Amino acid sequence: MIPACRLTDLPRGEAYRLDIDPPVSVFHTDDGEIFAIDDTCTHQDASLADGWLEGREVECPLHASKFDLRTGAVDSPPAKLPVRTHEVAVEDGMVYVRVSTDAPNLPPCIAARLAGGHA
Amino acid sequence: MVGASLAGLSAARSLRKQGYDGRLVVIGDELHRPYDRPPLSKEFLAGTIGEAELALESDDEDLRAEWLLGVRATALDRTDRAVRLADGREVRADGIVIATGAAARTLPGAEGLAGVHVLRTLDDARALRDELAGGGRLVVIGGGFVGAEVASTAYALGLDVTIVEVAPTPLAGPLGETMGGIVSALHTDHGVRLLCGVGVKGLSGEHRVDAVLLEDGRSVPADIVVVGVGARPCVDWLEGSGVTLDNGVKCGADGRTSLAGVVAVGDCANWYDPRVGAHRRVEHWTGARERPDAAVATLLAGGAVEPGVPRPPYFWSDQYGVKIQFAGHAAGADSVTIEEGAAGDRDILAVYRRAGHPVAVLGMNQPRLFTRWRKQLAAATA
Repeated sequence: MIPACRLTDLPRGEAYRLDIDPPVSVFHTDDGEIFAIDDTCTHQDASLADGWLEGREVECPLHASKFDLRTGAVDSPPAKLPVRTHEVAVEDGMVYVRVSTDAPNLPPCIAARLAGGHA
Repeated sequence: MVGASLAGLSAARSLRKQGYDGRLVVIGDELHRPYDRPPLSKEFLAGTIGEAELALESDDEDLRAEWLLGVRATALDRTDRAVRLADGREVRADGIVIATGAAARTLPGAEGLAGVHVLRTLDDARALRDELAGGGRLVVIGGGFVGAEVASTAYALGLDVTIVEVAPTPLAGPLGETMGGIVSALHTDHGVRLLCGVGVKGLSGEHRVDAVLLEDGRSVPADIVVVGVGARPCVDWLEGSGVTLDNGVKCGADGRTSLAGVVAVGDCANWYDPRVGAHRRVEHWTGARERPDAAVATLLAGGAVEPGVPRPPYFWSDQYGVKIQFAGHAAGADSVTIEEGAAGDRDILAVYRRAGHPVAVLGMNQPRLFTRWRKQLAAATA
């Protein structure tokens, strides 16, 4: 598992972006639950850690797609593909993430860049 | 469901989500299944995404709806609550959702002149994209968001671009004078000519446009012209139906119209906004996405639900690589201050206030801060 951040640095209602490739964001909900999902919206290049966290849902800061933090499913368009969810553990005040081995659903611009094309 | 774009699709989804199990007919005047319009002036026009990416439905989605596409609704008959179609068919319903959207305003006298475009539909975007690929001189009439985005995309494609705007400052309506000036300076930053405070007298050209003639006597040479002068609600088909029309379909805060069993959503709907105490016809993507939930609840409950206070209206725009975001109502503000960033760097977060209270927020490349302010604005005015 990868250490992400200290729990004290992640108050309720906040998110932390783990700068791995592709980035992962860790959310601490208002109810005290912690979830980790892919940070990049599957619609276009935007950081979900910058988004609007409400309940167990995050709204993309740009185009208002919504993702379920528990399943990664799209709750509201324009995104159509889910984000991956990642296992989270808290030990000794440290938040750890086990990154999913599934293939991520990256937005077309980033997928094109990774494939060597222009964005 | 009369209308098969975002508002109609969102209403269909809301109906199924809220437990409606009966027959569902979606009528659309375009042949296409629901698609996303914002990219039409940006990534789609630039050729970086194709039509498959525009689809709003996911592959495994099944709303159990009957789609009547490529046919226009021509009348609503209140006595049998039926929608008449241009091909003579009629659809009777227990409930009707009006989601016929808006159509691009055109320039009188531009009909039949090749090289002159509007941008509203996928077909419009295909035609314009094909023409922009040939390069040349583009004149955009109207410095609003659609015009600005087309200018930005065409600039990136290498065209020579001029914008003509009749108002002294573009975007002064939605953003106010000061911020409208800062945002529209993106054009001049990139060498796109911006001619403000001058109207368009007409277009010149035999079969194909060759220039835009201005009211001050100037003539701006053009190979392609895009007319981006706003949209009018598509409600002509409702004349005489008993549905009250006033800048679109006049609706309560829950989407109800003057006829029982009929609600309206999206760009054609002029909803009562309890935040401002007046009706507002909002042409934002987010309104078309979010409001159908309330309208459908009204329809299913027969008007017995108390609508919640909607979130402040939110829209975004992408121009020259800058992400522009706005939420709230600028019109009610008596001050606007830049809280973060610098106007010259085009990375500002600006807050509009009325009597000291925030009423709107604008971001340029500030998605994180913008979202915080947007949340705060929603909480403050809820």
